[in-house]
Amino acid sequence: MIGEVDPTIINLTVFVLAVFVGYHVVWNVTPALHTPLMSVTNAISGIILVGAMLAAGPAETDWGVWLGAVAVTLAAINVFGGFLVTQRMLEMFRKKEKKGS
Amino acid sequence: MSANSVAFAYLIASVFFILALKGLSSPLTARRGNLFGMVGMAIAVATTLTVTRNWALILVCIAIGGTIGAMVARRVQMTAMPELVAFMHSLVGLAAVFIAIAAVNNPASFGLPAVLPMGSKLELFLGTFIGAMTWSGSVIAFLKLSGRMSGAPVTFGGQHMVNLILAVVMVGFGLWFFFSETTNWTAFVAMTAIAFVLGFLIIIPIGGADMPVVISMLNSYSGWAAAGIGFSLGNPMLIIAGSLVGSSGAILSYIMCKAMNRPFLSVILGGFGSEGGTAAASDGAQKTYRSGSADDAAFLMGNADSVIIVPGYGLAVARAQHSVKELAEKLHSKGVNVRFAIHPVAGRMPGHMNVLLAEAEIPYEQVLEMDEINSDFSNTDVVLVLGANDVVNPAANVPGSPIYGMPILEAHKARTVMVVKRSMAAGYAGLDNDLFYMDKTMMVFGDAKKVVEDMVKAL
Repeated sequence: MIGEVDPTIINLTVFVLAVFVGYHVVWNVTPALHTPLMSVTNAISGIILVGAMLAAGPAETDWGVWLGAVAVTLAAINVFGGFLVTQRMLEMFRKKEKKGS
Repeated sequence: MSANSVAFAYLIASVFFILALKGLSSPLTARRGNLFGMVGMAIAVATTLTVTRNWALILVCIAIGGTIGAMVARRVQMTAMPELVAFMHSLVGLAAVFIAIAAVNNPASFGLPAVLPMGSKLELFLGTFIGAMTWSGSVIAFLKLSGRMSGAPVTFGGQHMVNLILAVVMVGFGLWFFFSETTNWTAFVAMTAIAFVLGFLIIIPIGGADMPVVISMLNSYSGWAAAGIGFSLGNPMLIIAGSLVGSSGAILSYIMCKAMNRPFLSVILGGFGSEGGTAAASDGAQKTYRSGSADDAAFLMGNADSVIIVPGYGLAVARAQHSVKELAEKLHSKGVNVRFAIHPVAGRMPGHMNVLLAEAEIPYEQVLEMDEINSDFSNTDVVLVLGANDVVNPAANVPGSPIYGMPILEAHKARTVMVVKRSMAAGYAGLDNDLFYMDKTMMVFGDAKKVVEDMVKAL
């Protein structure tokens, strides 16, 4: 390519393609599992944890680091709570499966 | 790790997240999907640890948050899932705001230039205001769903005007923030504060029945907030995961709106159901209905060949799912074909009824979606409507009715209809339901759980 591409353009490319992937994958989710879909996407949006870790990461400790630390805690609640509650719900869908067969 | 290895690890994590969502296409693969999600998250977090410091602080915070999250996940009642989800959306929103503030304070720690370029400021602005609105909006949704605040829409004159003015002022502060040469904290803080207020004002006018849309919409926002922060920090991991969540929430909002036959915009502008009750009362002439006891209902169902149960929010409120399961089993043992019909907006969030029935261990082959079962109502002996109202209102077929065009479960086509309800009060749409006054309909008044338990005893 001619010269450097602005990182924002690359980010935008990633963004648009990810939206398309999300769109097509989610349409295939069965309506019976829409609640687990919400809780698992809740856990995935806990990915903000990555941003929070960077905020809590710099060597020089000022108040920004503490703010980052609080964000890490909040995001961790989401990640753990989201995945575990999804697992709990999906277990319920499994029990029946055994019974049905 | 080098920047390239980090980016590569993030790519692997992203693939796992996509597989997580893909797994949910069937209950058989869903658990594996959730596992993929966890693996993806573990990769993303471990990778990020290699490029950051203050490990002790970060790990302690993750441990604290993780413990709280695990406890909440274990204890929450399935009927309270909508509240939990709203609560978790609010956390993402707040975390996004905190990260954005930290980034404005110390851009270098995120690899951004010390004096933020205008592009980064724009991205921070987007991430912050979406995050702030997600937070305050979700807090209101949480309060409404958990009954700590009335579910009734809160409206006041000039509401939309106030929102519009606030939005314009917010953008004004945003522009001031962009064009200031040094870090303009006044503009940034003012803008964030207005976004908080806006999130609050946008959700208060939305009524209880529209909660499935609101909660899906906030789900979407929480994803966009993460993606917005990803843009600000130039972090593809956040952009990809955030976009997946954002589009998922958007699709759910669309499905919910379609199931209520309401344009998205009118849900968001709110105020639906504010005239609740008046529509029912204005009917004038007293219509007659037939009521019976739980014993009568049990007798009819026991002698039927086929029964379809239509559960609604009333079932969740009464926590009647386990009693319903007993009822279904009793009927099944008598040779009755029992099935469940789920309307897309039954309950307070998408798929809520399916989870409640799953909790009660009702086999999911017996639980059918609206499109799968609607044609079967006409050759069904008995339909038992449990705490549902608008989703079985035949007024949806009458042109001119406020809910005209809304897809409904065609319970009125069955040979006999039984409706368990606390009173004759109108549903959230504030409409009288002609189904209740049909000759073949029997009303059974009382708490859903109590009535169903009585039916089980009578069988």
